[in-house]
Amino acid sequence: MSGSRHETAGSIGRAKVLHFTFDGVTHAGFAGDTLASALLANGVSLFGRSFKYHRPRGVVTAGPEEPCALVTLRTGGRREPNVPATTVELFEGLVAESQNRWPSLRFDLMAVNSLVAPVFAAGFYYKTFMWPKAFWEKLYEPLIRRAAGLGKAGDQPDPDHYDTLHQHCDVLVIGSGVAGLSATRVAAESGARVMLVEQDHALGGGTLVDPALADWREDMLAALQKLPDVQLLPRTTAVGAYDSGVVAAVERISDHLAEPPPFTPRQRLHLIRPQQTILATGAVERLIALPNNDRPGVMLATAARAYVNRYGVLPGKRMVAFVNNDEAYATVRDLGAAGVDVAAVVDPRTPTAIAAEARDGGMNVLFEHEICNVQGFHVVSDVQIRDISSGRSHVVACDLVCLSGGYTPQAQLATQAGLKVEWGDDIAGFAVTGSNERMLAAGAVAGVFGRHEAARHGLVCGHAVAQILNPDDAAVPHHYRPPVPPRRDGPILPFWEVCGKDKAFVDLQHDVTTEDMRLAHREGYSAVEHAKRYTTHGMGTDQGKTGGLVGSAILAEARGEPVSAVGLSKPRPFVTPVSWGALAGMDVGPYFKPERRLPLHDWHKAHGAVFVRIGLWMRPLVYSPTGDTSWNPVLAEARAVRRSVGITDASSLGKIDVQGRDAAVFLDHIYANTFSTLPAGKARYGLMLREDGIVLDDGTTSRLAENHFIVTTTTGQAQNVLEHMEFHHQTVWRDLDVQITNIADQWAQFAVAGPDARDVLKQVVSGLDLANDAFPFIAAGDAVIAGVQGRLFRISFSGELAYEVSIPAGYALYVWEAILAAGKSFGICPYGLDALNVMRIEKGHVAGSELNGQTTAADLGLGKMLKRNGDFIGKMLAQSPGLTDPSRLALVGLHPCDNAKRLRNGAHLVSAAEPNRSQGFLTAACMASEGPQEWIGLAMIEGGHRRIGEVLIATSPIHNEAIDVEIVSHHRLDPENARVKA
Amino acid sequence: MLRIRCPHCGLRDESEFRYRGDASVARPEGDAATEAFQDYVYERANPKGWHAEWWLHVGGCRQVLKVIRHTGTHAIAAVGLPGDELTIPTSRSAP
Repeated sequence: MSGSRHETAGSIGRAKVLHFTFDGVTHAGFAGDTLASALLANGVSLFGRSFKYHRPRGVVTAGPEEPCALVTLRTGGRREPNVPATTVELFEGLVAESQNRWPSLRFDLMAVNSLVAPVFAAGFYYKTFMWPKAFWEKLYEPLIRRAAGLGKAGDQPDPDHYDTLHQHCDVLVIGSGVAGLSATRVAAESGARVMLVEQDHALGGGTLVDPALADWREDMLAALQKLPDVQLLPRTTAVGAYDSGVVAAVERISDHLAEPPPFTPRQRLHLIRPQQTILATGAVERLIALPNNDRPGVMLATAARAYVNRYGVLPGKRMVAFVNNDEAYATVRDLGAAGVDVAAVVDPRTPTAIAAEARDGGMNVLFEHEICNVQGFHVVSDVQIRDISSGRSHVVACDLVCLSGGYTPQAQLATQAGLKVEWGDDIAGFAVTGSNERMLAAGAVAGVFGRHEAARHGLVCGHAVAQILNPDDAAVPHHYRPPVPPRRDGPILPFWEVCGKDKAFVDLQHDVTTEDMRLAHREGYSAVEHAKRYTTHGMGTDQGKTGGLVGSAILAEARGEPVSAVGLSKPRPFVTPVSWGALAGMDVGPYFKPERRLPLHDWHKAHGAVFVRIGLWMRPLVYSPTGDTSWNPVLAEARAVRRSVGITDASSLGKIDVQGRDAAVFLDHIYANTFSTLPAGKARYGLMLREDGIVLDDGTTSRLAENHFIVTTTTGQAQNVLEHMEFHHQTVWRDLDVQITNIADQWAQFAVAGPDARDVLKQVVSGLDLANDAFPFIAAGDAVIAGVQGRLFRISFSGELAYEVSIPAGYALYVWEAILAAGKSFGICPYGLDALNVMRIEKGHVAGSELNGQTTAADLGLGKMLKRNGDFIGKMLAQSPGLTDPSRLALVGLHPCDNAKRLRNGAHLVSAAEPNRSQGFLTAACMASEGPQEWIGLAMIEGGHRRIGEVLIATSPIHNEAIDVEIVSHHRLDPENARVKA
Repeated sequence: MLRIRCPHCGLRDESEFRYRGDASVARPEGDAATEAFQDYVYERANPKGWHAEWWLHVGGCRQVLKVIRHTGTHAIAAVGLPGDELTIPTSRSAP
């Protein structure tokens, strides 16, 4: 093939010359060219090397269905592999490279694969590289991966940004060919809000390759542009159809530019929720599997027509066409008229009216013939044409072979939406015949071929949708002038394959041959989905759009069944490849998850807090204005609490207000322990189980009044506990009079802890006697703090005398600073999560690492909390044998025998006798704040506290550490609870 | 993505909801046998066809909804509140 530019044809912008490079060579094209059309115009025929055999490949199509001409675009962070050159809009300075060749495109050493082709047949990897197993990872896989493959992914961060748009419309039309434009217009004129998406940069679909349809298209587009509620989205591909009628589409906003303009995304994902979708995706021409049908210069007929009529490129000088249908004669006619020498039209059929007209007009049409081989290496040099009945063949020289094996409706989105797809003899293909309450198909995708017929069908579908949306509107649609007279094509002849000695490809991208399909059948992979996986047919980035049905037909023949019985493999989203960027949209980096900030976030930040992310919350881990990352600032905070007073921001705790006549009864159901006996003005530690008997969460719940409770949850489980309560209230105990309100964000909560806590709070709390007997441990109630109406709870997580102050969040900073001022003379110290963790480990309180979704109340030493009477969630299954087994892992404390050694979170506990059997693991470890300077930890171990005094080995292989540890009680500090009651 | 017509909030995306499981099983009375609770927690029919299930509208009104969904096609036949008696379509497939 030696392409060249036609002097006048096409709709490209010849006034604007664009320069680009392909494999380092500079070429020139015009505005409106694709990379493929510009390269063809420059005489380039070799675009890449094939996947397995490294055979030379050219360009086969003029659209997104391209299997062969895949290139790598751009450089650096914008480098993008495996882009079909047929979809790349040319821009000034474009840099493209061919793929899968080494050392160069014309001289590819890997082409040696072609000579050892038998070893690359379908299923070869599975059968051959089996043994020894260790060789897979080290030898076979890297070798295979280097030899077989497509382009290499970039390894630098993408500098561009991407966007997501949530769209709503009455009618979504996918595809802007004659059917799509007609449907859009009639739906929009009925008053519906219509979105029209088109993958091409120009609207018009098939009309773009037929100059006779240009006026009709321009009239339709002009009419659409006048309508107020029509959104036309070119460069937008509908890539998936989902439940409830949702359609995802990717708009390539800046892909046609060297780089996106400022503040403009590269691509945008539209998540469209239409009332109704009209699928008008048309049909794609398919290849014929004949020997060497992959030579550069073999092209689908419609593609050749597009290059001539749209891009003004002659893809060759002398062509032979091989066609089984009348539609393709239009291509031959157009190419001939543009100056291509039509050497022969090979047609396996007997003459039809249109074909006979072509012959009578002087064209060399060879009926009942077939092409039985294509010759040439880097480009086609000649073809062998055979008389089907006699078997006699002759050779015709040419540099372009146009194939047309018929047209396959692009029904992928319809299949995803669950629409029925059926075989049609008239089109020799599967078309959409069904519809559902949200989608219907119009035009060629529905098997309605011919521009005239498809336009009318689009009109009917648009009207049908308008009627669904507005049944009262009896308006009869306008009958727009159809673009061309009715179709008079003769019948297509289903024609899939020409047998011969050489490879005939059904999947050009994955190098799958007709023989591979037959091999799959012989080896038992006869179902279309099995054959697909065994041969990789249709698994490429083009998803077998040009050869998928041909593969099914070969399989059908091998099975001795009609193609309709074999079907097509299921086309999953995405219909065309989608970049990760488009899927991620703006949800990248710090925006991957929302960030929840405490009411005092800015204060914490200003005072040197090192933040840690707990769920979505940013919580102060430690205050370290000097940047000291050692244990020192943590232990200093903990010691301040132990020796004088500290304050911490606990606002991220879940807080749930429970009110109603039956609030206490409800909480008795929710909690494993009893709350109905709790007097007003008191708090109680509570434990919730899941229905399967495992602990869900713990926390303190206070009774403010007879029918009013405040439940607190851990930070991590706040949402789960709220849902757990709502779910059970609304489904299981619907009759209970209970109101559940999430007040987590409305109330800030601080713990003021330490021996001096009372003396500090006395100065800011008014109207409440804080004396130990007046407001004892577990007292709870309303209080005025620094003049602000709030609540005070005498509860403790640190193990010290402590109060929790609850304040409407808007007053958080004011009250916090008032308490700090009151505590100044006591040396009050803000403390973070690390210090809190040290203190709870010393005290033996459980937290998230023990409430890990695997532990029971008994495992945590809290088994006695489970009430004997009354129904509560988890009661029955908590008694099941597996959960009451005495050898279960249970909570203990431990410390190293040699206190110079450190403990590791997650270390496993083993015995010297059985060093490879884990008996448990460390859940938490820290430096002790008081007492001997040593590491202490909590662990879950088989048998639990019954093993206190034993010495085991804590092993952490990733640190290469194994140290002796002694099991002790997890209540290291103040087991009598004297401090909290002080 | 499913779209669920919440009786309070209207047609909303699946991402606003949390799936809360099979609505055809009911929690046994508190004095029921352990086996009844085992069935309630672990035994599910897992039908291909119409299925009554709970969806909690966490990103909306926070009501638990009863949804009749077809597990094969994801079609939704009815949405109601927990106390509603919803008719499960008799046809095996989606409309």
